[in-house]
Amino acid sequence: MVDFAFKCTVKEPQGSTFIVFLGLLKEGLLERVCFTLFFVFRDPHIQPFGRKASKIDSLRSKVELLKLPLTLSSKSISERKTRLGGATERSRGGAGAHKPRPPAPDMDNESQYSGYSYKSSHSRSSRKHRDRRDRHRSKSRDSSSRADKSVTIQAPGEPLLDAESTRGDDRDDNWGETTTVVTGTSEHSVSNEDLTRASKELEDSSPLECRRFAGPVLSGVLGLFALLTPLAFLLLPQLLWRDSLEPCGTPCEGLYVSLAFKLLVLLISSWALFLRPPRATLPRFFVFRCLLMALVFLFVASYWLFYGVRVLEPRERDYRGIVGYAVSLVDALLFIQYLALVLLEVRHLRPAFCLKVVRTTDGASRFYSVGHLSIQRAAVWVLDHYYTDFPVYNPALLNLPKSILSKKMSGFKVYSLGEENSTNNSTGQSRAMIAAAARRRDNSHNEYYYEEAEMDRRVRKRKARLVVAVEEAFTHIKRLQDDEAASSPKHPREVMDPREAAQAIFAPMARAMQKYLRTTRQQPYHSMESIIAHLQFCITHNMTPKAFLERYLAPGPTMQYQRENGSRGRQWTLVSEEPVTSALRQGLVFSLRRLDFALVVTVTPLPFLNLGEEFIDPKSHKFVMRLQSETSV
Amino acid sequence: MSFIPGHPVTAVVQRIEIHKLRDGDNLILGFSIGGGIDQDPSQNPFSEDKTDKGIYVTRVSKGGPAEVAGLRMGDKIMQVNGWDMTMVTHDQARKKLTKKNEDVVRLLVTRKSLENAVRQSMMQH
Repeated sequence: MVDFAFKCTVKEPQGSTFIVFLGLLKEGLLERVCFTLFFVFRDPHIQPFGRKASKIDSLRSKVELLKLPLTLSSKSISERKTRLGGATERSRGGAGAHKPRPPAPDMDNESQYSGYSYKSSHSRSSRKHRDRRDRHRSKSRDSSSRADKSVTIQAPGEPLLDAESTRGDDRDDNWGETTTVVTGTSEHSVSNEDLTRASKELEDSSPLECRRFAGPVLSGVLGLFALLTPLAFLLLPQLLWRDSLEPCGTPCEGLYVSLAFKLLVLLISSWALFLRPPRATLPRFFVFRCLLMALVFLFVASYWLFYGVRVLEPRERDYRGIVGYAVSLVDALLFIQYLALVLLEVRHLRPAFCLKVVRTTDGASRFYSVGHLSIQRAAVWVLDHYYTDFPVYNPALLNLPKSILSKKMSGFKVYSLGEENSTNNSTGQSRAMIAAAARRRDNSHNEYYYEEAEMDRRVRKRKARLVVAVEEAFTHIKRLQDDEAASSPKHPREVMDPREAAQAIFAPMARAMQKYLRTTRQQPYHSMESIIAHLQFCITHNMTPKAFLERYLAPGPTMQYQRENGSRGRQWTLVSEEPVTSALRQGLVFSLRRLDFALVVTVTPLPFLNLGEEFIDPKSHKFVMRLQSETSV
Repeated sequence: MSFIPGHPVTAVVQRIEIHKLRDGDNLILGFSIGGGIDQDPSQNPFSEDKTDKGIYVTRVSKGGPAEVAGLRMGDKIMQVNGWDMTMVTHDQARKKLTKKNEDVVRLLVTRKSLENAVRQSMMQH
């Protein structure tokens, strides 16, 4: 049982028999009953389900991720700025419905956030532990311990907009004027810097955290209500017309016990399965969750309806029937939970599709097997695995050296001397240029090869120096055993703690480390402080120099580089041509975009396997020697 | 020396008559054979067709009766005293050659050079 401390106004039970009656149930339910009665009547306004689902703008909603991977070189920041600037300029000129990059101020002006965010949790009864916990931990809780991700959707080609909207600046102009981002920027005319700053601030601002938990709170309320309904069914007759109830003996007691245990099972399994902090906020409804929540709501509402009509009004005297009624509700809730288990957890476990995920900037790719999921859930799944599988994105490693590329720039220049019909000539000219360029002897591959060989050699040389320096540095310290402390009078050795030891041996290897990191372009990821911290960690755990170096010799997964103070989520944009609640099927392609790069995901179904059988008799394994005899006669 | 299963084999053969040499209790012929239908034909260094399971002369001892009679290394033995040697096991071939009550064995052997010689002589005409 989860313990929770909370304040509630406990309504004094009417008479001591109330306590006796509840003595059969588990401890703690008493407070919960009262709290529910208090809380249910103060139920916050539940928002309707599909209030804004049909708006065109509903295709965009921002999702936030906690735990930012480090791709913060200055280049990426400047790229981000230019992109934001470009985006706003384009939106000023009118960008059309398929603006690929969502500027942050745009997102926060959209109002359907609150409509969407409650569905971010699993739908199930008994959310009460979550909202209790939410209430009593601080809002600025340890959210760095989880990695939340949120996914934004942008659908470039909605069927609602016709094809004309994709071309023509005049049309785009009109469209652009009505977006909030344009009005925002044109009124205040902020510069690019301000935009960047504003977007960062908006990402860090706190209201989003509340929005993220509004969903689970709502489903928690529903679950709590559903769970306490049977108890209410049992209690209300006792409270209201206790005297005229028929006494019911042993069968009722049996039903009480079974009711108690079923409630306990429901509680524990809901806690185990569904009470998890949401790791992602999805752009659209999670269909199964909404379905289940609606189902639970309908069930409980209809039971209450019947209860009110058949029991409360005529003051039904057959108490055993009432108890049986409550038990049947609990049975139905158990079955709904079974359904939820199957729909939410089990169905997507059996692999059915193979997803190929390719990063657009450097081609790093992976293959994953998933089950039957919707596109948004598959996106969350892919991102989960992205953070641990993919090597970190290093923008500095992308381009060919300038010396190689510049040779290609000097091609043929073609001047058209007064020709008016340009179309034919331009294609002819370009073709001529391409043909001429192909015929020209091009040595840039040669240079690329040698440049790469040189680079490899350089990296290996630096690596060798680094390894030697680290090995030597590690020989300077050794762990002090307990029995060696007695030998101190002869050789007074200074006893250090790990941090000081790390600082002491860092000096000889610092230069080699710095040069190596610079050669492999990793220096933005490792500050001196982080290196010393890692060194301290390795020393504490008796690691060898090689174990210390494994962090620097190969680019690790992105999770390794996340900052501890990244409390905001990572923002990814899901770009898809299909509505994101549709299920995965063959040939589907969607992409997950960040500011600097994108992940393109292709879906192929796993092949159907025709497994045949062949029986081989173990006695049928016989062999003969190949003979080459030569006989002399 | 082509070999098509089920068809009669045609080859240019040479008759060789070997008189066995008595060496103590044994009658020796002075050559060694290899091959047979129970052997692995792909390891035969003398055959043209590596599926040929016939009996081949693998070694001829110097100055022995076989060399004197004109047997050469690499010859394929087609018949021994009228007994067919193209479809026999190794042991059956050995037995046919080393019968104790025979002093003389008359072999029909074939080799590539025979065919070439015949072809050349035919071409000259």
